Amino acid sequence: MSTAPILGLEPGVTADVVPARRKGGFVWQVIRERPVAAVGASVVLAFVLIAVLAPVLAPYGLHERVGPVYGRPSRQHLLGLDDGGIDMITLLMYGARTSLLVGFAATLVAGVIGGGIGILAGYFGGAVDAVLMRVTDYFLVIPDVPFMIVVAALWGPSLTHIILVIGLLLWTTTARIVRSQVKSIRERVYVKRAGAMGAGHARIVLRHILPQVAPILVANVVLTIAVAIFDETALSFLGLGDPSKISWGKIIENAFQRTALSSGAWWAIVPAGICVALPILGCTLVGQAMEDALNPRLRVSHLGARKFRVRAMVAKGEL
Amino acid sequence: MRGIDYVLKRTGFALITVFVAITLNFVLFRALPGDAITNLSRVPHATPQLKRAIAKEFGLDKSKWQQYVIYLEQLAKGNMGISYEDQQPVVSKLKEKLANTIPMVALGTVIAILLGVVTGVISAWRRGTYLDNLSTMTAMAFYSFPTQWLALMLIILLAGFFPVSGRTDVFLLNPSAWQHFKDVMIHMTLPALTVALTLYGEYTLIVRSAMLETLGEDYVLTARAKGLKPWTVVRRHAFRNAMLPTVTLMAISLGYIVAGQILIETVFGWPGIGRAVFLAVSERDFPMLQGAFLVLTLVVVFFNLAADLLYFRLDPRITT
Repeated sequence: MSTAPILGLEPGVTADVVPARRKGGFVWQVIRERPVAAVGASVVLAFVLIAVLAPVLAPYGLHERVGPVYGRPSRQHLLGLDDGGIDMITLLMYGARTSLLVGFAATLVAGVIGGGIGILAGYFGGAVDAVLMRVTDYFLVIPDVPFMIVVAALWGPSLTHIILVIGLLLWTTTARIVRSQVKSIRERVYVKRAGAMGAGHARIVLRHILPQVAPILVANVVLTIAVAIFDETALSFLGLGDPSKISWGKIIENAFQRTALSSGAWWAIVPAGICVALPILGCTLVGQAMEDALNPRLRVSHLGARKFRVRAMVAKGEL
Repeated sequence: MRGIDYVLKRTGFALITVFVAITLNFVLFRALPGDAITNLSRVPHATPQLKRAIAKEFGLDKSKWQQYVIYLEQLAKGNMGISYEDQQPVVSKLKEKLANTIPMVALGTVIAILLGVVTGVISAWRRGTYLDNLSTMTAMAFYSFPTQWLALMLIILLAGFFPVSGRTDVFLLNPSAWQHFKDVMIHMTLPALTVALTLYGEYTLIVRSAMLETLGEDYVLTARAKGLKPWTVVRRHAFRNAMLPTVTLMAISLGYIVAGQILIETVFGWPGIGRAVFLAVSERDFPMLQGAFLVLTLVVVFFNLAADLLYFRLDPRITT
């Protein structure tokens, strides 16, 4: 990718960097180009609201036995009861709290690590860059689900551990994308001028570079939320989640371990999976629409999620 | 010869990664927080005598560096320790499990590739239409559903038609080779189908994007200008070039599929390496867990290398 300035543009604006936009303008641009992003965002927001308001919205208590084991769906209990006679809708609402908390918190960890490493590597370049990118390469190759399982198993089940272990593995893509952006922003004239006027590294990074990479960082982070929620479900299903906290993954695990299948209690499994899929889908739609709007060149590789994300394009040296 | 440097560089990187993985495996199990002796003994409040005996038996009284050297030596001899569960060598158990996993994963992957290529090509060809939107949304949905949930859905829907647990029918005594094969295949159907469903969405999106990229190229325009039939253009000009990124992405994903089997094998009780990980976790069988994790990492590294080399082979433009 060339970093030569294009004739006719303001000096310093390079061909591969999206010019900065006003904040409101960007949101509208994303929604205009991909209306489905608005749908995705509303779904995620709705789930966040449900999670926050669970104690108010939930029709019954979380530990309240309101009927028989695996009671069928009825007018009082639209999604039936679980193996302890607890209302499924109540469980799903409280489950949203844990699942989304893990999703967001793990993503925050991943975003801070990924953003930090990406900025450091891109800004300082040279040996720092080489070392950090090598580390990133190795993290990319580690099979994440088994690694999470091993660490979670060794550390013992707890919410903090789950958040940390997911966060520690999901930062690689973010780091690579941020790094490539920072590398080109660093060469812009205004950044050089800021340096010439005596601004320190910290000031340049925080005031001039971070605002420029923020949109692509956010787009990436939104995609990471989807992966984190997905991984939480997997870990909980294997019994590595916090045993005292109900989450969507745990609901599926309980149903599986406690003979929901042979009891024909589909209502103990089906809604939980849909609850997991909807926010994941929502985050994916939003994240992809943002990435598309920011960098049309990414379109080929924006698979968005679990296993390899944009790795192929990175390997080709396009970023 | 073209790009011998490239091959050497990628192979070198893979070898270093293997070494890093082996070291990481040691660090994770020996040096991380958590008392190795307590973990090994699996007795929460062991007496000091017992702890000393265990430390001596497992060589934990030596320094970390000595332990590391011993670990490397033993690994080089193909010794990964003894499973706590049944006192069998970890290596031979892992071989057996891997041999169970590979055919199931391979079957699922083949189905996923066929499905993904067909839907992806059609989506790209008819881009923007109702059909494309439907196919893309379906792919995204399958991509979002939790793996174990898809497996459970298949059980709910198809439990009457296929066995839902295990690899063979235990009541089938002295089966002939053909009967045994049929038995395994029937048991393999649902797990393999789950593999296919979890992957197909991803593959559709990959193929679609790759196709869209090539359909916009000049040579496709030229081919159309020559008056070739649309289908010929898609098949001969766009599809063949779209296969470049597709094949590599799929090769990379293969490594992760084997690693991602844990959930599917747990649900279906398939005696493969994924279930071995699950059982090792629940029974705190650390030698087995350590061995399985190492094998899974090696598989991923291997397929990554394969993808790199394959890409190099397929795309003559790569020289460095």
